[in-house]
Amino acid sequence: MSGERLTIDQVKPGLALPELAVDVTATTVVLGAMASRDWRPMHHDKDFAQQRNGVRDIFLNTPNIAAWYERYLTDWSGPTGRLGRMRFRMRESIFPGDRMVLRGTVEKVEVDELGCAWAELSLSISVGERLCSDCTARIALPARPGDNPWRRRGADWRP
Amino acid sequence: MVESADDLPPEVASWIGQERYRQPGEFEVERGYVYTSCASVENGNPLFWDEAVARELTGGWIAPPTMLSVWFRPHYWAPNRTGTAQPLQVHFDLKEALDLPEAVMTDNTIVFGEPVRPGDRLVTWQVLRSVSPLKRTRLGTGRFWVIDVVYENQRGEWVGTETYTGFGYRREA
Repeated sequence: MSGERLTIDQVKPGLALPELAVDVTATTVVLGAMASRDWRPMHHDKDFAQQRNGVRDIFLNTPNIAAWYERYLTDWSGPTGRLGRMRFRMRESIFPGDRMVLRGTVEKVEVDELGCAWAELSLSISVGERLCSDCTARIALPARPGDNPWRRRGADWRP
Repeated sequence: MVESADDLPPEVASWIGQERYRQPGEFEVERGYVYTSCASVENGNPLFWDEAVARELTGGWIAPPTMLSVWFRPHYWAPNRTGTAQPLQVHFDLKEALDLPEAVMTDNTIVFGEPVRPGDRLVTWQVLRSVSPLKRTRLGTGRFWVIDVVYENQRGEWVGTETYTGFGYRREA
């Protein structure tokens, strides 16, 4: 992560985020399952995944996919980016040996009536031509240098 | 947001809009697990690694927002455990009550409120928002349902809501 603190004036609809490519290994899958306390065997036991789920290997679990999206967004926004909302869907499994690529595009920029600045993005994770997950996210960014969305509390925060 | 199909069993209809399975987290929010989560996705956000940045921006350490549900997933083992409600118990209740043996989750939305901080003891509950009439899809015949899982901290502040859309179904014979 660059450490840059993106402000809303640097963001326009149509802006594409830098791609993030990750070579997924068995360790990636098991780490992700452990980090989200997901002990279901299809995320650590290849025999189980093949025989019970009918897939070729263990695969990334859904809560870890959310964590990958968060990392991707805040790599871009810097630490002043505050996630407000995420909606995502899993379409295909991601396995060891896959090279997953995260992509994102800014769809909308707005400042709400309380002065909080928001960027709405569409995000995706693909392996080759295979779309594995898609997501829409709403993230608050500083309206100007020195602004900090994390200071918003209670009714001043409308995600 | 409450809406229902007319042909639901009365017991299921009564669940709509009702707060169910309120329970505290089994353990408090802790930084060790924050590191584990960040390491799993190589998340270098200084909010989770640099105390000066955390103090400046968030008034101290916080947990990554997407870890919300992690704080309610039990450790693999605990002494004298007699069984706890599953994270989406309402989903499993619906499968049983509506006699729909198969189910998939089609959609997941997370809305984030107050930051979650190490030391917090969160509370969660589930609310069934809607159940559709019977529908036929390529998977089989069944119903879509929407369930909110709400999270609050020990101060009664809302920290987030996860909304799941599930489809419970029976395969075509």
